[in-house]
Amino acid sequence: MFFTSYEFLGFITVLFILYYVIPGKYQWMLLLLASYFFYFVAGADYLIYILATTVTTWFAGCRIEQNVDRQRAWLKEHKSELSAEEKKEYKNRQKSIRVRWVLACLLINIGILAVTKYTNFFIANVNGILGAFGQPEKLSPVTLVLPLGISYYTFQSIGYLIDVYRGTTEAEKNPFKFALFVSFFPQLIQGPISRFGDLSQSLYERHPFKGRIVCCGLQRMLWGYFKKMVIADRILAAVSTIIGDPGTYHGAYALAGMLLYTIELYADFTGGIDITIGIAEVMGITVQENFHRPYFSKSLKEYWRRWHISMCSWFRDYVFYPVSVCKPMQEFSRFSRKHFGEVVGRRLPVYVSSFVVWSATGIWHGASWNFIVWGIANFVVLMVSEELEPLYGRFHERFSVDGRLSYKIFQVGRTFLLICCLNLFDCYTKVSDTFRMFGSILTASNWKVLWDGSLLSLGMSGLDYGIVAAGCGLMLLVSLWQREGSVRGMIARQPYGMRAAVWCGLFLLIVLMGSYGIGYDASQFIYNRF
Amino acid sequence: MEELLDILKSLHADVDFEKEEHLIDNMILDSFDIVTLIAEINDVFDVTITAGNIKPENFNSAKALYALIQKLEDED
Repeated sequence: MFFTSYEFLGFITVLFILYYVIPGKYQWMLLLLASYFFYFVAGADYLIYILATTVTTWFAGCRIEQNVDRQRAWLKEHKSELSAEEKKEYKNRQKSIRVRWVLACLLINIGILAVTKYTNFFIANVNGILGAFGQPEKLSPVTLVLPLGISYYTFQSIGYLIDVYRGTTEAEKNPFKFALFVSFFPQLIQGPISRFGDLSQSLYERHPFKGRIVCCGLQRMLWGYFKKMVIADRILAAVSTIIGDPGTYHGAYALAGMLLYTIELYADFTGGIDITIGIAEVMGITVQENFHRPYFSKSLKEYWRRWHISMCSWFRDYVFYPVSVCKPMQEFSRFSRKHFGEVVGRRLPVYVSSFVVWSATGIWHGASWNFIVWGIANFVVLMVSEELEPLYGRFHERFSVDGRLSYKIFQVGRTFLLICCLNLFDCYTKVSDTFRMFGSILTASNWKVLWDGSLLSLGMSGLDYGIVAAGCGLMLLVSLWQREGSVRGMIARQPYGMRAAVWCGLFLLIVLMGSYGIGYDASQFIYNRF
Repeated sequence: MEELLDILKSLHADVDFEKEEHLIDNMILDSFDIVTLIAEINDVFDVTITAGNIKPENFNSAKALYALIQKLEDED
């Protein structure tokens, strides 16, 4: 049941009506039922996996909190009898119990994720190694169910568990409420990866009907559907044709495919998140923003602060920081400063941690080498930029370009191009194809295909290109307006006739120009597969 | 406090760490700076700042960071 299917529209319509008809105290229960229904329709086999994650994480969270409470009570009771050393020893003992709960839960949940998502990748690599050593015996791939949204709900659950361990959030005592946090259907497919502290309150509290909020949510959904159905799905045909046949479509075609894919990815992913946030908003629930006009970034570092924000902050808080400040890394930091000097010694541990994070981010995106290389390529660009920072500083000072609008536009354009190049690893499943296509762009001699009508044979007509160009113009305009504040707020301040014209116009655009028709089968969201 | 200010100055000489109270919110310190900072603090003050301590409220100002160091010293 994709967000863009008629069944889904029917499902959320019934849900919205029921949500506001039933008493407020039952709203979260209805949402839990709806989320499990959504998941059941997607695949009954998936249920066991999400249930396993829910039960183990909930149980471990409760045990960790019970341990903290017990520790506090015991220390209070024996306060006068204990020396500072004894208190410390007791605290360390209790802490190691909590660590064991965290590790056991992580082992189970990362284990489920690893087995379902990466077993065949592992088998393919083992076969590759066996083949390289002339071993004819090969392991057969296994048939495994890849549960819908497993990467998202597993990460969300792990985040919750670590927050409970760190004491930054309280454990949820009610297993059904926790089950809703894990399975909340609008964000199950492609995130955002919410934090328990940010989402739970809004998820469980009563939400009386407020016309203005419902209206705002529907407007956000409409904008998301516009981006997904009018822009992203229209581009899909051309992108699939180009990347599906690298032998035929190279050089200027690959360049066109790279640019189109970057636009498609933006429209598809941000559109999907707009729909997610919009659905939640209709029900009065606040889901965190996942994008902050990412293609306006002036550097790759800034881009990763503005794109898929929830995933990036997840990796920062639960992988980068723990790896960077763990004891072995601190030892390594001392060692490298002693042996390589202050400058190199300071950087080395940070770079090692970053390498771990970017490799993990790559493999999280998919069980394939192209994603791992994509992660490492991001790491390399970020580290090189970091090293060149002083040089940039001197350049900015020497030519007084900092703050100039023309230079800002140059920086934005340069970053966009860099993102397009990195996305090439995402397009082609074979890493060798990516490098070959990148080389073919640099040495292209078929530039005339860009204007001789050849692009019209890729599954997109002239009208399609026109609609995509106009859609991109509209997205750019909205992004520029967003710098001044909420665009919906600006529209809401207009006279009634103007407001009605804007929203009815957007609805009509989706109906008339959406990429669908009889027998319509909307493509999945790109980020579903992650 | 002087030692902490020296460490901070070695990261960003142009920032007035005695006055600045939004080091994280204003993105003056990024994740790389924080990790470098923690390695130095752990060494100089002989404390252990864990990942759980890395919160904006602990790193937004030199004062807050110094309070965290003192708290960790007391715990030890």
